[in-house]
Amino acid sequence: MEGTQLTNRNRKIQFNARQYGMGIALIAIMILFQILTKGVLLKPLNVSNLIMQNSYVLVLAIGMLLCILTGNIDLSVGSIAAFIGATSGVFIMDFKMDPVLVLVLSVVIGGVIGAWQGFWISYVRIPAFIVTLAGQLIFRGLTMAILNGQTKAPFPDIYTVVSAGFVPDVLTDLLGPISLFGKQLNLLTLAFGILVSVLYIISELRKRAEMRRYNFAVLSPAMLAVKVTLMVVGINLFTFWLNDYKGIPTVLVLLGVLIMIYSFVTSRTTIGRHIYAFGGNEKAARLSGINTKRVFFWVYVNMGVLSAVAGIVFAGRLNAATPKAGVNFELDAIASCYIGGASASGGIGTVFGAIVGGLIMGVLNNGMSIMGISVDWQQAIKGFVLLMAVAFDVLSKKKK
Amino acid sequence: MDNVILEMIDITKEFPGVVALDHVNLVVKDNEIHALVGENGAGKSTLMNVLSGVYPHGTYTGSIVFQGEECEFHNIKDSERKGIAIIHQELALVPYLSIAENMFLGNERARGGVINWQETRARTSELLARVGLHENPDTLIKDIGVGKQQLVEIAKALAKEVKLLILDEPTAALNEAESAHLLDIIRELKRRGVPCIIISHKLNEVEQVADSITILRDGATIETLVKDVDEMSEDRIIKGMVGREIKDRWPARESEIGDVYFSVENWCAFDPIDEDKQVIKNVSLHVRKGEVVGIAGLMGAGRTELAMSMFGKAYGRKITGTMKKDGKPVEFKTIQHAIRHGVAYLTEDRKTAGLILINDIRENISMASLGKLSKRFVINRNREIQVAEEYRAKLNIKTPSISQLAGNLSGGNQQKVCLSRWIFADPDVLILDEPTRGIDVGAKYEIYTIINKLAAAGKAVIIISSELPEVLGISDRVYVMNQGRIVGELSKQEASQESVMRCIMQSSREG
Repeated sequence: MEGTQLTNRNRKIQFNARQYGMGIALIAIMILFQILTKGVLLKPLNVSNLIMQNSYVLVLAIGMLLCILTGNIDLSVGSIAAFIGATSGVFIMDFKMDPVLVLVLSVVIGGVIGAWQGFWISYVRIPAFIVTLAGQLIFRGLTMAILNGQTKAPFPDIYTVVSAGFVPDVLTDLLGPISLFGKQLNLLTLAFGILVSVLYIISELRKRAEMRRYNFAVLSPAMLAVKVTLMVVGINLFTFWLNDYKGIPTVLVLLGVLIMIYSFVTSRTTIGRHIYAFGGNEKAARLSGINTKRVFFWVYVNMGVLSAVAGIVFAGRLNAATPKAGVNFELDAIASCYIGGASASGGIGTVFGAIVGGLIMGVLNNGMSIMGISVDWQQAIKGFVLLMAVAFDVLSKKKK
Repeated sequence: MDNVILEMIDITKEFPGVVALDHVNLVVKDNEIHALVGENGAGKSTLMNVLSGVYPHGTYTGSIVFQGEECEFHNIKDSERKGIAIIHQELALVPYLSIAENMFLGNERARGGVINWQETRARTSELLARVGLHENPDTLIKDIGVGKQQLVEIAKALAKEVKLLILDEPTAALNEAESAHLLDIIRELKRRGVPCIIISHKLNEVEQVADSITILRDGATIETLVKDVDEMSEDRIIKGMVGREIKDRWPARESEIGDVYFSVENWCAFDPIDEDKQVIKNVSLHVRKGEVVGIAGLMGAGRTELAMSMFGKAYGRKITGTMKKDGKPVEFKTIQHAIRHGVAYLTEDRKTAGLILINDIRENISMASLGKLSKRFVINRNREIQVAEEYRAKLNIKTPSISQLAGNLSGGNQQKVCLSRWIFADPDVLILDEPTRGIDVGAKYEIYTIINKLAAAGKAVIIISSELPEVLGISDRVYVMNQGRIVGELSKQEASQESVMRCIMQSSREG
């Protein structure tokens, strides 16, 4: 078939240099703090902590990425998260409603709030900055009004399990305890690592077969083996590490699922393509038959839903609904996306990048806390890192 | 050679991997209009960027002698100080500031930071008069047309006491009357001692106005033609530009015209902002299968608005009239609807409304047909790559890879990407709005060939173009539009520059 030779040349594994760079930066920062904290940073206990501490910002960062892809931001997510915490508290503690029902209801409320903001942004065309700034004030105010300025506690177990619990090791219960080097193993965690590895290998092989079918060039078997081995070792090292403390944090499962879904949606589906097209050139997207209003609307509905999820996770972590919950979460989420390579003018950025950006911020926070650096300094340093990360991006683009 | 104002000697400029300019020489006299022509990518813009200091001294080799003095420009300010002013295709005016404010932007008539508005206005009026523009200096830039904005740019250069004016595609966005006026102004400036370098793809204008022509091809100077010494016909220029003679600028087509396939009757539309302003007035037109129908008219005649209002009401409100496709009445409520019914609209401005410049070729081609490439929302990426490769080969898109960003392509190749998108969408009716604007002769020819192939495949094609020769050259039938109305319908035999202009003039008098 014609053009096959050219095709082969073009279908090389494409690496986003920027994301690659950010991944390296994350590892470098982790090594730095590992040394500065004298090995505390990567202790299994602290790794679990790190995941739980940052989970809600990472959830928000995923939703925020979509907003940023459209060339906008959402300033209201922290307030919405707090509002969801407050309503959940009232529903459960004052109205004695069923916690599971409240969980579902919270997500629905999040969606409705998102639809409210999406309506003004997409159909009335009020700038997102203004609508969500208003939302920030509205929902912060409503949160305080609902809670009467007070804190409500405690939440039922289901909340704390989601955000601060671990997946119970049913395998050990089933098979009996097994030890290695005198330590009891968390069998479920290890099994989970193996399962993920197997799924990964299958997906790689399927991808390869599919590309073969289209006559595209594929990695040489040796290269593939190296790539797969690296990933498999990485995955299992990570689960082995977690196994050393209490196993897999529940919230990591939630995060993993969200990351997978949103990575897939943004990179592989028409919905994702429409979002990127919207951010890249709205007019061109519209004139190519993309329903730009609907895309814009749903991005904000989605943000509302994820804000609710973050609100639930945060309420569970504090085990309380407080009026001051979620303050500045929006800024952390936005910063995560920008550090992770998203463009402020829209159309550029990935879920993976946003997560790496969020983790960079998280490791900075956590590392500095362990070192005993005060919160004021932490904030200043984080701000500086954000500026440098984006400056690095801008300057490296100019060089090209 | 005492009247030479500018000499660029042996200029070589390299970018990583490419030699953009290869020992280029350019000599401009102080009493001439010097045209710089060449296909896209020939190095015209690079050469002008070297001259104006966008590429600072040291990033290129060779020397620039201006007014007998060797110059080393480190930035645009340096060259401006010497009196070299460059006016780019994209105008550098601030839309929400007045003419007067724009005129002295960065060069304010001020003492101690306080602007002297009286002097600013007075000087502005004076400068506007010199370029034949009679506008109130307080008018906002956004309220005057592109043609007048161009004149403001020239006046702005005059305010800085320009010694050499460089115009990059000054007439690309202007209609015939505006272009003629602009060219008159340039001639007038020459008489008053301001020489000019003009870069243009409109060779008929170059032929009219230039005293000498330097032709670049592939980064090298091919030749310089001088008026009254060399032949300066369009054909002669094209030969120099492409290195061969293009016998036929309009590739021949065997028209096999079928039945009426798409039509509108009594089509009316109103301005989306000003509800009372009727933009399209009782337009009726039709196009047959396998037919190429041209819509000629001056800028602002309402052609783009007409096309967009037919394309799923992408423009206008209170749209009325009947539309028929394949004998059946249809109504397209949305753009998606129009596309689903086999209508495609290639936008007038590929950069702002056609392409996503930060996305690659593949994504730009598949954009309007993602449904075809996906199953339950999941895109088949491999198939998408295959399609992009197929169209790259078919339409001869010159690029090292389909993962090249659309923004990095030349105008002609960008247009081919836009065309690929719509051909892949497989429409029955194609409305092509300015399909060859700002692209070079070679690529134009290729695009005409593509249009011919579409017609041969039985598609109904409507072409909107501001270049009359183009409309006349490729259409089977021509509609003439003026002030929102169809004011003439001419067969291929009847259609000529004169007959089209006659239709417009007549209707303007009556209207």
